[in-house]
Amino acid sequence: MKELVNTQRSINLEKDQVKIGLEIHIQITALKTKLFCGCSSDYRGKEANTLVCPICLGLPGSLPVTNKRAIDFAIMVALALNSTISHRTIFYRKNYFYVDMPKNFQISQYDKAGGVPLSTGGIISFEVNGTVKKVRIKRVQLEEDPARLSYYGTIDSSPYTLVDFNRAGIALLEIVTEPDINSPDEARLFLQKLRSIIEHLGVSNGDLQGSMRCDANISLQDGKRVEIKNITSFLEVKRALQYEIIRQKQLIRRGSTVKQETRHWDADRRLTISLRTKETESDYRYFPEPDLVPVEISQTWIEEIRSKMPELPDERKIRFVKEYGVPEYDATVITNSKALADFFEECCRLYPDAKKISNWIMTDLTRNLKDLGIEISESKIKPKHLTDMLRLIDKGEISGKIAKELLSKMVSTGDSPQTIIKRENLLKISDEAQIKKIVDEVFKEFPKAVQDAKKDPNAVNYLVGQVMNKTRGKADPEITNKLIRKMLAELE
Amino acid sequence: MARNSTISKEQVEHVAWLARIELTEEEKQAFTKQLNEVLDYFKKINEIDTSNIEPTYHVLNLVNVLREDKVEPSLPKEDALRNASQKEDSFIKAPKII
Amino acid sequence: MVDYSELTCHELKEMIDKREVSSEEIVNSVFERIHKFESKIHAYISLFRDSALEEAIIIDERIRRGETVGKLSGIPIAVKDIISTKDKVTTCGSKILENYIPPFDATVIERIKKEGAIIIGKTNMDEFAMGSSTENSAFGYSRNPWSLEHVTGGSSGGSAAALAADETILALGSDTGGSIRCPASFCSIVGLKPTYGLVSRYGLVAYANSLEQIGPMAKDVTDCALLLSIINGNDYRDSTSAPFPNKNYMNALVDDVRGLTLGVPREFFGEGTDSAVEKLVWNAIHKFEDLGAHYDEISMPHIVYSIPTYYLIAMCEASSNLARFDGIRYGFRAEKDDADWNEVFSLTRQKGFGPEVKRRIILGTFALSAGYYDKYYLKALQIRTLIKNDFEKALSKYSALIAPTMPTPPFKIGEKIEDPLSMYMIDIDTVPINLAGVPSISVPCGFVNNLPVGMQIIGRFFDEETIIRLAYSYEQNTPFHRKKPNL
Repeated sequence: MKELVNTQRSINLEKDQVKIGLEIHIQITALKTKLFCGCSSDYRGKEANTLVCPICLGLPGSLPVTNKRAIDFAIMVALALNSTISHRTIFYRKNYFYVDMPKNFQISQYDKAGGVPLSTGGIISFEVNGTVKKVRIKRVQLEEDPARLSYYGTIDSSPYTLVDFNRAGIALLEIVTEPDINSPDEARLFLQKLRSIIEHLGVSNGDLQGSMRCDANISLQDGKRVEIKNITSFLEVKRALQYEIIRQKQLIRRGSTVKQETRHWDADRRLTISLRTKETESDYRYFPEPDLVPVEISQTWIEEIRSKMPELPDERKIRFVKEYGVPEYDATVITNSKALADFFEECCRLYPDAKKISNWIMTDLTRNLKDLGIEISESKIKPKHLTDMLRLIDKGEISGKIAKELLSKMVSTGDSPQTIIKRENLLKISDEAQIKKIVDEVFKEFPKAVQDAKKDPNAVNYLVGQVMNKTRGKADPEITNKLIRKMLAELE
Repeated sequence: MARNSTISKEQVEHVAWLARIELTEEEKQAFTKQLNEVLDYFKKINEIDTSNIEPTYHVLNLVNVLREDKVEPSLPKEDALRNASQKEDSFIKAPKII
Repeated sequence: MVDYSELTCHELKEMIDKREVSSEEIVNSVFERIHKFESKIHAYISLFRDSALEEAIIIDERIRRGETVGKLSGIPIAVKDIISTKDKVTTCGSKILENYIPPFDATVIERIKKEGAIIIGKTNMDEFAMGSSTENSAFGYSRNPWSLEHVTGGSSGGSAAALAADETILALGSDTGGSIRCPASFCSIVGLKPTYGLVSRYGLVAYANSLEQIGPMAKDVTDCALLLSIINGNDYRDSTSAPFPNKNYMNALVDDVRGLTLGVPREFFGEGTDSAVEKLVWNAIHKFEDLGAHYDEISMPHIVYSIPTYYLIAMCEASSNLARFDGIRYGFRAEKDDADWNEVFSLTRQKGFGPEVKRRIILGTFALSAGYYDKYYLKALQIRTLIKNDFEKALSKYSALIAPTMPTPPFKIGEKIEDPLSMYMIDIDTVPINLAGVPSISVPCGFVNNLPVGMQIIGRFFDEETIIRLAYSYEQNTPFHRKKPNL
């Protein structure tokens, strides 16, 4: 509630006419090698410059050779996005100089002057506040990742730059949207859906650092477009866009104009900075890559990919509703994350009541993850933990209240419910004699409450609450309630 | 000074920047002159009508030259870094960005 | 005392097989020759005497033990310094790569090494293959062994001079717009530019990717065919490599051209062609007639647009190919206090590149830039289609085409270097071949005032056999290949 008010205060959607277009780069982490050479693509955590070869180092005389499986994955993504696959696609050189470029041109694709990217058009639909929003896709194309740069301090204060070419040449899928997104939150939701699609296809693992990046184009009130680069995770996108909107609005308020420029997002300092380049460097002098030949994608090839395509989130959502009978809203939320959907389905395999599972996921599990600031895949809880817990509730061995506590501990420790219960002595107390002892204690400690309860039956809850406090929630509430009423009656 | 030149000195300077080659003043002047002579001769290509002619990017009509997604050995670290004039640990050291 | 350096590869191979000479003797003989004349000729940028002798000794030992050895075993070969040789400096004739040591061999190097060839040095060349006289080398020009005040031609001038001076037995060159054929013609040796895609470009430092090929250079057609037989064939590392397996061309060495039809395109004898050159080439055509071939004069109307078409395409590709030379990963790097990356890149390239390279990069960048792409680059590619069609049309009717290699005999050192356009114009007979992608061989066909003249025999796609056959037959029936310069 609070968050919504703040957002409304800072962004008046209609008045500000926020237009956001995204250029998303997704590493095809499912590939074993890079896009144009046979170096291993598993570069995370490796010593710098140990996964390079003449090709990805840009040594003179080296030549690229295209990874067929990269095309397979690109076709799959195009199909999932309803994007029209080109019959004949060509690689282009994007010529520009930079420290992270092994050749000072990037082998990429182009959609003008005769260039044909892998696919054009497409749609991604997702839910925003209960309504369906569609964002149009401009194109899907393949290109190579540049090297990784690191600095001594921040980019604008570092006296030199350290370059690691292990990442150079990794296959990237570039997905460009039309400027159909109208708020930072929409951008976040859009990216969430896109990530779910990509992960369901098995193309990329979003948990890997840097596997999904985004550049954003944003304009306010039909003003100049500002490009924001170096947003290295989807989580950062909302922050970067929020900052930029505030920055631009401040400029407008002061009477200055927003310049058309490229700005660099600094995630540590949470601001965008102008890179002060001499010119916009938009003259990339694109021309077809002479060292590569065109790729002709036949209908047969497309059908081969289509026939082996994994289930997409939208399909899965429909199936969840049908097969498991969960509400559509729950199914939408759960399938927005492959990891969560997988967790849910595994739980359903172990326990018969899907609605109960989905309830616990949608409420307590989601909240616990949010509190810890992690995703389900980063948490240690296993599906069996949740279902075992549900069985314990069914058997009456723990109360609902204790179960909530239990879930929270399972999420953070990954211990099984049995382990935790044993360790912290959480079993429900159903023994009447045991409960009566506690009730006696409570009656002694709170005489006024007892008097109130005699007069007003609703005040009984206060006494029940005190019993719960003393037993840390383990006392069976029904039995407690019954006993208290009985004892009150006896006090006449 | 420049009668109808095809490429002006300012253009030469701009293009030299795009190509990241710092030119001396002598070079800017000499190149402007020489490049104009060359481009003037190249105007010959306008004599011929090429509308409806497909450009030839490749002389052989090869398509779909693709490789398997199979890992090949990378260069030993020493070989990868051997020719870099500035290094730090196993990083290649480049000049500052700003 | 036989001077083995004066012999051909096939002659020496026979002697090696018969144990009449050892590889060590051959290598020593060649190095003695180098010692004697290299200060005059300057064909080489680097020489590997020690490693060459080591390899020779090893090969001799293996031969002594009766092991089977490769087809080039024990034979010295010179390699143009634009071809990557593992662990051996590869400069491309440029200051910017003066100390660059590749960690890998080009595919052609792997193939010749497999056959036991001994790489004795890297030859001089125009910087990054940009030039037709080898005067653009950052390490000084080479001199023509036939006349020391004349150019060797370029850009594979060092390889051609080394062969002509017997400073090597075999050589490799590269040809983007005539860089094998021009020096072959100027130095009176044999040079062949293969069909585009026949020989792998992996390891060839790129100047203009869609135009160039590595090719054999030799003292006669037989040696040329032998070397071509070893280096050709599909390479999975080169996506533009033709999908054909290795082919042996030795069976094309047949002295019989009866029934072959030759087209003589008049556009190759146009304005600027020296009349003495024209006469010599026509003598050759009539010689073919005597030998049983038939010729017709034909027209290839779009040839006249070849120079601007070639240079535009080449310069555009080159401007992109040479962008990688920024001093960071390899090569010369300029030092400047407190400089940012833009300044270091710009200063490195300012100091590291020679003037011709700078000119071509700037022109190429210009021709690709916004607003000019259609007018220059795209237009050139369209004319290329027309030129390619001219060749396909002509070669559908004729087995081969005959033309001069160069419009003139070798010119004097310094004569054309100040006027870039005049230098570009001498490529008029060689560049059309690169635009079309067809193969062409240059063979000596005479002398003008003791200065060599070469003739081009141009063939159909992947029909090197026919042009080798024609060249061989011509050679067998003329004395030119046996003449040596007076050094």
